[in-house]
Amino acid sequence: MTDYRMHILICGGTGCKASDSNGIKEKLNYFINEFNLEDEVQVVLTGCFGFCEKGPIVKVLPDNTFYTEVKPSDAEDIVKEHILKGRPVKRLLYKNPKNDYAVTSANNIDFYKKQIRIALRNCGFINPENIEEYIGRDGYAALGKCLTENTPEEVIKEIKDSGLRGRGGGGFPTGLKWEITRNVVNDQKYVVCNADEGDPGAFMDRSILEGDPHSVIEAMAICGYCIGADTGLVYIRAEYPLAIERLKIAIGQAEEFGLLGNDILGTGFNFKIELRYGAGAFVCGEETALIHSMEGLRGEPTVKPPFPSVSGYMGKPTNVNNVETFANIPVIINKGANWFNKIGTEKSKGTKVFALAGKINNVGLIEVPMGTTLREVIYDIGGGIKDGKEFKSVQTGGPSGGCLTKKFLDTPIDYDNLIAAGSMMGSGGMIVMDEDDCMVSIARFYLEFTLEESCGKCNPCRIGNKRLHEILCRITEGKGTIEDIDRLKVLSEVIKDTSLCGLGQSSPNPVLSTIANFEHEYLAHVNEGKCPAGQCKSLMKYEIIEDLCTGCTLCFRNCPVGAITGERRVAHFIDQSLCIKCGVCMDKCKFNAIKLN
Amino acid sequence: MDVINLTIDNKPVVVKKGTTILEAAKGIGVHIPTLCYMKLEDLNIENKPGGCRICVVEVEGRRNLAPACCTEVHEGMVVNSHSIRAINARRTVMELILSDHPTDCLICAKSGNCDLQNMAHYLGIRKIHYEGEQSHYRKDTSPAIIRDVDKCIMCRRCEMMCNEVQTVGVLSAINRGFNSVVAPAFEMNLDHSVCTYCGQCVAVCPTGALTEVDETGKVVRVLSDPTKTVIVQTAPAVRAALGEEFEMEAGTLVTGKLVAALRRLGFDYVFDTDFAADLTIMEEGTELLNRLGKHLAGDKEVKLPILTSCCPAWVKFFEHQFPDMKDIPSTARSPQQMFGSIAKTYFADKLGIKREDLVVVSIMPCVAKKYECGRDEFKVNKNPDVDFALTTRELAALIKISNINFRTLPNEDFDNPLGESTGAAVIFGTTGGVIEAAVRTAYELHTKKELPRLDFDELRGMEGIRKATIDFGGIPLHIGIAHGLGNARKLLEEIQAGKSEFHAIEIMSCPGGCIGGGGQPYHHGNAEILKKRQAAIYREDSKKSIRKSHENPYIIKLYKEFLGHPMSEKAHHLLHTAYFDRTEEKG
Amino acid sequence: MPKIKLSDNTINIIKDICAEFQNKESELINVLHKTQGKLGYLPAEVQEVIARELNSSVARVYGVVTFYSFFTMIPKGEFPISICMGTACYVRGAEQVLSEFKRQLKVEVGESTSDGKFSLNCLRCVGACGLAPVVTVGEKVYGRVAPTQVKEIIAEYREMNGAESKIA
Repeated sequence: MTDYRMHILICGGTGCKASDSNGIKEKLNYFINEFNLEDEVQVVLTGCFGFCEKGPIVKVLPDNTFYTEVKPSDAEDIVKEHILKGRPVKRLLYKNPKNDYAVTSANNIDFYKKQIRIALRNCGFINPENIEEYIGRDGYAALGKCLTENTPEEVIKEIKDSGLRGRGGGGFPTGLKWEITRNVVNDQKYVVCNADEGDPGAFMDRSILEGDPHSVIEAMAICGYCIGADTGLVYIRAEYPLAIERLKIAIGQAEEFGLLGNDILGTGFNFKIELRYGAGAFVCGEETALIHSMEGLRGEPTVKPPFPSVSGYMGKPTNVNNVETFANIPVIINKGANWFNKIGTEKSKGTKVFALAGKINNVGLIEVPMGTTLREVIYDIGGGIKDGKEFKSVQTGGPSGGCLTKKFLDTPIDYDNLIAAGSMMGSGGMIVMDEDDCMVSIARFYLEFTLEESCGKCNPCRIGNKRLHEILCRITEGKGTIEDIDRLKVLSEVIKDTSLCGLGQSSPNPVLSTIANFEHEYLAHVNEGKCPAGQCKSLMKYEIIEDLCTGCTLCFRNCPVGAITGERRVAHFIDQSLCIKCGVCMDKCKFNAIKLN
Repeated sequence: MDVINLTIDNKPVVVKKGTTILEAAKGIGVHIPTLCYMKLEDLNIENKPGGCRICVVEVEGRRNLAPACCTEVHEGMVVNSHSIRAINARRTVMELILSDHPTDCLICAKSGNCDLQNMAHYLGIRKIHYEGEQSHYRKDTSPAIIRDVDKCIMCRRCEMMCNEVQTVGVLSAINRGFNSVVAPAFEMNLDHSVCTYCGQCVAVCPTGALTEVDETGKVVRVLSDPTKTVIVQTAPAVRAALGEEFEMEAGTLVTGKLVAALRRLGFDYVFDTDFAADLTIMEEGTELLNRLGKHLAGDKEVKLPILTSCCPAWVKFFEHQFPDMKDIPSTARSPQQMFGSIAKTYFADKLGIKREDLVVVSIMPCVAKKYECGRDEFKVNKNPDVDFALTTRELAALIKISNINFRTLPNEDFDNPLGESTGAAVIFGTTGGVIEAAVRTAYELHTKKELPRLDFDELRGMEGIRKATIDFGGIPLHIGIAHGLGNARKLLEEIQAGKSEFHAIEIMSCPGGCIGGGGQPYHHGNAEILKKRQAAIYREDSKKSIRKSHENPYIIKLYKEFLGHPMSEKAHHLLHTAYFDRTEEKG
Repeated sequence: MPKIKLSDNTINIIKDICAEFQNKESELINVLHKTQGKLGYLPAEVQEVIARELNSSVARVYGVVTFYSFFTMIPKGEFPISICMGTACYVRGAEQVLSEFKRQLKVEVGESTSDGKFSLNCLRCVGACGLAPVVTVGEKVYGRVAPTQVKEIIAEYREMNGAESKIA
């Protein structure tokens, strides 16, 4: 990156691409050519910057100017003003919401201040389609070091000493997993990267693969060296076309550079990587289901033991780690276990990437040290709750996790604390909810997901979750009884206790945690027929307050189903049997004459 | 470490490494209830998907409950098989299963014989606390098997039998979650599939989801029709199993009571399929000798090995899956069809009645026989040689409905001329029996010498594939035996590859042969029952005064009076058949 | 089962794909991906050819096709509409957007309009949580969609011509 005077980095993550970051790149290049700057300025499409809320993001180096919500039409100003005259385009700068001052450098943005980026170290800094940029930032140094200076045992010891635990949800010590697989004697072993990220609302793995595919490739090769495998398989969601594309390019480049293939770096070590595609089944995140899926079967989990480390893909010892876990490996090797294990808490070392979403100001991808509190994440990094509303709950761990309340805001986030609080780390989805979110509906939403994604193999998950969902539907429709709440509790415990795999064992968590923390909301539904958050449609009624209605006909004209009748200048009336409770009338009314009961 | 020490319900146990909690508990007499689990010892058939979660037990130090059927023991393990927690979980899981299951038990074909019903009883389920939506599917009726998938509990036993054991591949789990169920491709009916109707899915189904087509009503109707003469034939394996339906010890031979019961049901003549089995040996044995003779004379065109053809499921199997080999099996019809053919010609002539007025009913251990007797090539002017094939179970039901006290019936003899049989015919009922019977006859016909011994132990047993070489007067005759279609497939693939060294192969679709047929009393996963039936069959053989088919006096008479000689033109017309390529019917 | 009535050309496409994966049964999912990519969907006849080529049972192929939500046996609409139902989109109103699409198009999730123009599906997180709720039409992504915009989005495609069906 040294040849150019300036670099313009554009976020090429899925979110920003959806907002036309390609268009921005084209326009920028157009104007750079226009002013004959092509030898001085390079435009690079990078991986995700993380700050999705304000996307598309454009960053200018070396001054680290951070532009937000950029449109292709802004390209001209960026080139003319910033590149040519050295004057940042003020209107595109990020504004600190606290004081409305424009922030010039990315380093001064609150969103980034508390983050430590290890797994995401290269995302947003390098062109993921150029291996040289990866190598330029210490890329493949770790692989080289392992192959030439260390025995596999030494590398495994380093990983064990680092305290790294699996980032896919379970939190199993990574080094130990490697060691177990290494100790199984077999002529063929496999390294599998689980990139079947399926939590609704989680996109860390995809962002890493899109932004820094080489870090995963390098780590897989290191793992192969340690456990004695010559083949790596990446099981990736077919719904991630950009990640697949970049991974393919990266594998091709690594092969070209002799970093994959036979006799890597002249050490005699062989390692190749192939892709396998998921086909839309959340349960395939479970490692035995994933392996069956790679074998061309229905993705149904099987009872463990045997663990994949003993009998996995094609019956061979297989080490399965997720994307984020792998992305940590090269850094640990380069900087040492002692550097890594100083970050984090006693039993959870390093950092964790979270996909922060929901009713929060700064939606995005963040990486924080283990032990950071939820308050820091939600208020300092996330910028607080959207539209000044009240924080209600944060859901971690995806459909397997639980909903945590205010009282947990100061709990340091790590594997064990989250479990103690009734949730879990999961893969790192973090969805913030505000006062408008009905917790019974949230539980129902997650059950709906589990229900759709249950493989159907074991009874508790197949039928039990169906029944949980039915009961939750009853409650949100105002037909629930007090006994239903007991049923939910008892059934949830049995499902957790008896299900075959992690999906069923954790699927009742959203139910149990919402009952534990928001029982009053459940009670309001069943005892009073009310949804305190005003979200359950069946329990709501839009009514026109006659005294306030001026008969302006605005609601009447906007009602999509013709449920409102009335004459001009006479109070209108809503036919409840036709009303679909879309709320358009209330939005449109200028006189606050429509109330919600 | 090869042994593991653990405690189950406070009792110390020492077991081999690799043992499951379930097996370890069984060893010390602790019964842990199971539903989807099934293990047929000696047959290498095991189903333990760990899906039903009925067998969950508490293991100290473990976060959740462990499925006993597929959790291996480890050193120092402390198992509590019936803690309150385990019992509650089991009962709740059972309630969940029942919440998605019809409650028409009183009129269900499986009533009284249903593993699910028994389990509900065992666990004392009196109320279902979690009622909700139930799954509904179209009912599928084929010529032999009815699928009532509303009753499927996803134990996957049928799927395992169909795919792993039989390698037929008709059934698979489809969809997922609450919508998952076991079904043929595209949820088509079985008669649009490559289903062989072997009925092994029916034999292992724990509920009424898979049952045979019930034809008892039709049989009662013809029995009460005064214009019809109704005769019955009973297959060899029936007599070794029917007693189980009347609380008799497995392996009890009930031949005499069976005959008496049939007579009381109103059949005009009670005959024995064994008679036709002797006839089969005459035809098939002759065919073997012919082919062998040509082969020894250097004929390169002759097809060897010859494959037996008594099993209708096996016939349908190769017609679908190995149509290129359809000229290898013997052309001899099965004993059931030979019987029907002779009954409606030779015997009808003797009685002086038209074939339309003679109704032939067969009692079979098999559901595929229902399909076989409906095949067009076994009909004359649309009148089938065999009108109805009832399973052993259907016969038992008929006996019970008719208020016949089976256990106190006297022993009676079959009628003649189609009721006399030899020991060779009886052993058709077990794997290895047909080929042993054929060897007894072919040896003597070929060598013109008397066999020094009649019991060929080398052909007996329960191994899936068995091999033996018999000295045929100086010629080593290589014999293969396969039971279970998956094992048959292996031998067929060897033949296809030109690697088979056999001269003759016996193939039976069902594990154990006909004694383990899809129409037999339910074994509920107890393989001991199959072994006892097999022993009974050999016992019956050893007691027979005549033990070689060619010595059956009524067979000799039949050839003399009617057929001429084996493989005669008349025999060819009445006792042999042709096979069809069914690849295009594939579903 | 009626005889397979695919054109020779289609059958050859499938055969080539299977051959590319050495006709291995364990490559079933890759074969299905590629075939659906080429043909748009996986009707029964196509699955039969795949089963034959991979020496597998049709039931098994069908069992796999119906397990994974990515595979479809019905052709998608010319303009496949997908609503992200990830949690982030859900809490920002995806359900209301979905019901508005259902109402406007008069179809349920997983169905196509009778003219074959639109098909409606839900998908899990597309990872554009910053734009929640998200709707995709073909490759195009719409962010921060309000129920009131649904009509406009549909209108945008009403008069357009999409891809032709690829199975002859």
